[in-house]
Amino acid sequence: MVTLTPLEAELLEVAGSVLDPELPVVTLRELGVLRAVHVRDADTVDVELTPTYTGCPAVEAMSLDIERALHAHGVREVTVRTVLSPAWSTDDISAEGRRKLREFGIAPPRVRKAAEPVGITLGPTRTRDASADVGVALEPILCPHCGSADTELLSRFSSTACKALRRCLACREPFDHFKEL
Amino acid sequence: MTTTTHTHTAALALGDDALVLSHRLGEWMGHAPVLEEEVALGNIALDLLGQARILLSMAGDEDELAYLREERAFRNLQLVEQPGGDFAHTIARQLYFSTYQHLLYARLASVEGPFAGLAAKAVKEVAYHRDHAEQWTLRLGDGTEESHERMQRACTALWRFTGEMFAPLDGLDLDLSELESAWLESVRSVLERAGLAVPEGPRTGAWRAGAGRQGLHTESFGRMLAEMQHLHRSHPGASW
Repeated sequence: MVTLTPLEAELLEVAGSVLDPELPVVTLRELGVLRAVHVRDADTVDVELTPTYTGCPAVEAMSLDIERALHAHGVREVTVRTVLSPAWSTDDISAEGRRKLREFGIAPPRVRKAAEPVGITLGPTRTRDASADVGVALEPILCPHCGSADTELLSRFSSTACKALRRCLACREPFDHFKEL
Repeated sequence: MTTTTHTHTAALALGDDALVLSHRLGEWMGHAPVLEEEVALGNIALDLLGQARILLSMAGDEDELAYLREERAFRNLQLVEQPGGDFAHTIARQLYFSTYQHLLYARLASVEGPFAGLAAKAVKEVAYHRDHAEQWTLRLGDGTEESHERMQRACTALWRFTGEMFAPLDGLDLDLSELESAWLESVRSVLERAGLAVPEGPRTGAWRAGAGRQGLHTESFGRMLAEMQHLHRSHPGASW
């Protein structure tokens, strides 16, 4: 862990409090996409941002919002760089971020239990559940409205690439599920 | 050639695959059989476009490469430029390509190299593309008489474009025969479970001059490019 100067910590806080343009209840910090803030000199700052999905169109809006927030905080020059490695994972979403997603009506991604051995499906001999490829222990997805575990998949892709569309069989409401990645 | 030149060659080929397939999938917008499927194909197209932007930027200026090259300068596989056809054709193309891309990226992600970062990121996205294609193959193959027949026809029609994926490519240091065996095993298994016959016949065209990786494309590709490029070419330098 690189030690942050007090100024960098402060600017990270400012940039991190910017809301996600598509999920405007979650901050970039809670989403885990803000990687670093480097202060180059008195009023020049580099920000490292990682996309959730490679093709996520929200990255440009995020960059502009970060620039705006830092300008408003008195930083004259802001450069937002997109970094790919290490790849973002839904495990990078904080507990607070998950809670907010659920309240917003989106079933949060399930957390991988790193301590447990995970059954990896190798080979083509069975229908691969894509979530198995990212090593997810398959606990049920709970309806964000009523909490029921009795839900079904309607479509693997929903309003955005990062979500799947499901329906609750208890309260009958459709809902988005933030897919594990 | 230098390492950089090799990397450019591979980045251009893989970037063109992603770009062209993204455009082909985008052609379903407004035409997909159900809304959920339209959204799914649109999201897969968007993932591919994101990959294309990163890969083409490794090879040069992404916009110039996408919008200002002639047909013969594109290095994509002939498989990805094939017209959408009916929904079964689109699914067969997805099955063949996403299986290849998933296996390829998993291997690229596991070794150090210029593609490791992108591959590690994209392999997780492509896992969902592959799952989507496999589920639809099972559903159509094991569905009605009509859906079975159409899926079989599509799988057979595209079979001859599947050999090109495993031809050597400068800048990709991989065991291609191992990749090909894994691909064949996976695709065979899906087709068998779907009650579909594994197509027979050659997996490459008879023309020795090569195929998409050498800039030789099939007839409909030029028309696709015309549509993809005409706005940019008609209004050079325009911005929002």
